[in-house]
Amino acid sequence: MSLSRTMLFAAAASFVMLGAANAEEGPVRIGVMSDMSGLYADLSGPGSVEAAQMAIEDFGGELFGHPIEVVQADHQNRADLASTVAREWFDDDGVDAIFDVPNSSAALAVQELAREREKFFFISGAATSRLSGDSCSPTGVHWMYDTYSLANGTGRALVAEGADTWFFLTADYAFGHSLEEDTGAVVEGAGGEVMGAVRHPLDTQDFSSYLLQAQASGAEIIGLANAGTDTTNSIRQAAEFGIVEAGQRLAGLLLFITDVHALGLDTAQDLVLTTGFYWDRDDQTRDFAARFEERMGMRPTMIHAGVYSSALHFFKALEEAGTKEADAVMQQVRDIPVDLFGEEAMVREDGRMVHDMYLVRVKSPDESEGDWDYYEILRTIPGDEAFRPMEEGDCPHLTN
Amino acid sequence: MAERDMNISDVSGGSALLQGVERGYVIFGIVAILVLLVAPFVIYPVFVMKVMCFALFALAFNLLLGYGGLLSFGHAAYYGSAAYITAHTVKEWGLTPELGLILGALTGAFLGLVFGWLAIRQAGIYFAMVTLAFAQMIYFFALQAPFTGGEDGIQAVPRGELFGVISLRPDLTLYYFILVIFLFGFYVVFRTVHSPFGQVLKAIRENEQRAISLGYRTDHYKLATFVLSATLSGLAGAATVFVFQLASLTYVHWQTSGEVVLMSLLGGMGTLLGPIVGAILVVTLQTYLAPFGAWITIILGAIFVVCVLTFREGIVGVVQKYLKKPL
Amino acid sequence: MLFDLLGVPPQALFAQLLLGLINGSFYALLSLGLALIFGMLNIINFAHGALYMMGAFVAWMMLHYLGIPFWPALILSPIIVAAFGMVLERTMLARLYHLDHLYGLLLTFGLALLIEGLFRQLYGVSGRVYPTPDILRGGQNLGFMFLPNYRAFVVVAALVVCFGVWYFIERTRIGSYLRAGTENPELLQAFGVNVPRMITLTYGLGVALAAFTGVLAAPIYQVHPLMGFHIIIIVFAVVVVGGLGSMLGAIVTGLMLGVVEGFTRLFYPEASATVIFIIMAIVLLLRPQGLFGRR
Repeated sequence: MSLSRTMLFAAAASFVMLGAANAEEGPVRIGVMSDMSGLYADLSGPGSVEAAQMAIEDFGGELFGHPIEVVQADHQNRADLASTVAREWFDDDGVDAIFDVPNSSAALAVQELAREREKFFFISGAATSRLSGDSCSPTGVHWMYDTYSLANGTGRALVAEGADTWFFLTADYAFGHSLEEDTGAVVEGAGGEVMGAVRHPLDTQDFSSYLLQAQASGAEIIGLANAGTDTTNSIRQAAEFGIVEAGQRLAGLLLFITDVHALGLDTAQDLVLTTGFYWDRDDQTRDFAARFEERMGMRPTMIHAGVYSSALHFFKALEEAGTKEADAVMQQVRDIPVDLFGEEAMVREDGRMVHDMYLVRVKSPDESEGDWDYYEILRTIPGDEAFRPMEEGDCPHLTN
Repeated sequence: MAERDMNISDVSGGSALLQGVERGYVIFGIVAILVLLVAPFVIYPVFVMKVMCFALFALAFNLLLGYGGLLSFGHAAYYGSAAYITAHTVKEWGLTPELGLILGALTGAFLGLVFGWLAIRQAGIYFAMVTLAFAQMIYFFALQAPFTGGEDGIQAVPRGELFGVISLRPDLTLYYFILVIFLFGFYVVFRTVHSPFGQVLKAIRENEQRAISLGYRTDHYKLATFVLSATLSGLAGAATVFVFQLASLTYVHWQTSGEVVLMSLLGGMGTLLGPIVGAILVVTLQTYLAPFGAWITIILGAIFVVCVLTFREGIVGVVQKYLKKPL
Repeated sequence: MLFDLLGVPPQALFAQLLLGLINGSFYALLSLGLALIFGMLNIINFAHGALYMMGAFVAWMMLHYLGIPFWPALILSPIIVAAFGMVLERTMLARLYHLDHLYGLLLTFGLALLIEGLFRQLYGVSGRVYPTPDILRGGQNLGFMFLPNYRAFVVVAALVVCFGVWYFIERTRIGSYLRAGTENPELLQAFGVNVPRMITLTYGLGVALAAFTGVLAAPIYQVHPLMGFHIIIIVFAVVVVGGLGSMLGAIVTGLMLGVVEGFTRLFYPEASATVIFIIMAIVLLLRPQGLFGRR
């Protein structure tokens, strides 16, 4: 980032380059890139930086004899900015790994650069299943959830209940397209029918005309293939226009606990959704959530939990490998079992981290026993059922 | 950068480049080029390339505003459309960089011709609003057209091989490629400003009625300037694609249009070096403030306000007054 | 049936038209303020969108920090924002009247960036929910669509205010001064009217209209630091189509283009975001002074 520092070090650079290969490993520096002030700021944003900080502290703070450093940046949901920042982080600021990156377009841009530079990328925020599919990278790990697992969890559950005609309200970018496509495939695979879709730009404020189109389609389920405030706005305005009263059902395909919190249980009750983490699952998750809440004043989303656990796993792999060299570290990333708050999971060759997902239902205000007591776990979806089989992903570095 | 003394050129019109140029300007030009040649060894090359692309964009914009007196509030349309076309043709059709670049510039030229033809019917504020509205059309088109990738943009554009031979993948090689484009653009602007064409343009800016009564088809001059400005903006946009290997909605966003206005205003409208100085300052600010979200908008806004209220000549304008020499 | 010929169910048609009319009300209010300011000050107020956003935010802050509900805020917020606007006019815009009008545009553009940046820094980009006032909750089932009461109220309020302002300017004595000021400020000054003060008050009125629109928009669109820039450029196009400086033109064009936009959503949704700009280009070609303009 810093220009003046670059200039200061420039003179020394030529000497350093000669000796770099043999020298002891320098300090490990990780970058948390997120939407720090926009529509995804609550579900990722500053909370992700704090989660990374917690991981560093819990690991002991040091690696290779140096303190682990963390830098952060706001990509403002712009793929070009994400790419610029990542380029400078890798080329100029000595960042070894990037974490989080909500917004699939931005994450795809970072994935490209990380692949090219042979740097590590642990994705917790972005959803598109392309990140472990046709855009997979040997150094990219897709951690918490993806559009396939969401579609598979929520889509299958709803069709099984008999809701088999769908209309999608889709955020018009990589994530929305992926989610619509994956869910559509699940619905049709289970014998349902997709009656149409309407696409809205990212960060839309007025959903009325889209919602009326969804209503006119007569589909039983309006699938919301969007996220963050786009989702909460659509749910709220659907209530304003009496769409649920008129008999259609909404399916929030990607809902975070912060969204439910913002909507309130009155509006959100009975929504069915899929998540990779729920704070109130067992003692270990409750312990993490309590520590997180102490620092951030809110319970962690699955993204925050993902950044924390992926950073810890990355540090373990680095320590085991004893080097930052990409192949050696990635070997360890895959060999060491992932400790996801006590649940054992693993990272596949295509970069997909495979773990159990949870199908949950949002409680009604009467059922909820306190702040953030929002979900009832309907079903635990075992990892190998939740995620797309590796053969179907068309990950290029597997076939070559 | 070699710079012609305006007093002389006013009399002699455009002729050979170095003829009649004061020694001070020649020395300055040589030093400037030398600095640019060694810059990538001292400063992060991607940063300098970004500055050069924006400087070229600002030069093109200032040609229209500073010399033509026309404030376009939608120059991102030409910059961004060219970026999209270049990115698409290079990535999907596998064109070599120089062909992609030329197609990008031609895109700027074509859009400039169509929009310019409509816009020059208006003057002053109307002109600004009309150009803004056209740029907004382009923005929504880019948001929806399939080939632009909407919110995703076109990513992972290969830098490719120049003329199919020289790989532009190393930052340093690309740097000199961008430097050549920048110097070429600067030269075009420089020649235009100091040609008889440039003189007529200034006459129109000062007093359009008189220029008409002298028999000049002022509309033709305005349109030609508009097209030239749009073409060079397109060239700048196309060059940016190779630096960052992507084209995105940011490039066609109104904010980009606003930034280029600010560069011109801050550096000095109607000066040759002003847009370059403005581009250096604005891009540096952006780079430093990128992690701080909204601060960049606040500070750019504040600079706008301060410039308009107290500093309308811009930095180079003030230096120019002090040195008593046109820059 | 006509509707069947068009291949569109009548329910969808009426519903989108009504939504278009609601959007059109916002366009009309905002472009009326712009036209008013342009007529008197000869500047395009680029900060109009930012002031509209401020109107919404002030209402939100009143509710959030002071517990002042919607109805008082609908009056108070425009007054506060107008006062702010008049300070801007006195301290900044007034210094530019002797210069090219483009400087006014540049200044207000900078102000817009500044104001919006500050709100973004303070409140982030995520929208803030502003609850619909209690008595306007719920809605009417019109058969072809479910019309939320609040949206119906917006259309009525916008029409009343628009034509109220228009009446004030066309039919009252102060209004006649105002119109005279547009035509010939020197002469008006000679008649003993304090023209600079009138300019300030006019700017204040235009700003108050923007802020009023902002408060109206808050329960529908949420309160959002960038809400102004989403809409202001569309309103620019509305003003160009209607003819700059024409009050009635601004109102009628605003409503009309909102409806046209609704129509487009139905028949060719891809063009709904651009249709207003396309109309603008056509109007510029055929009637450069705008539909209602005289120049």
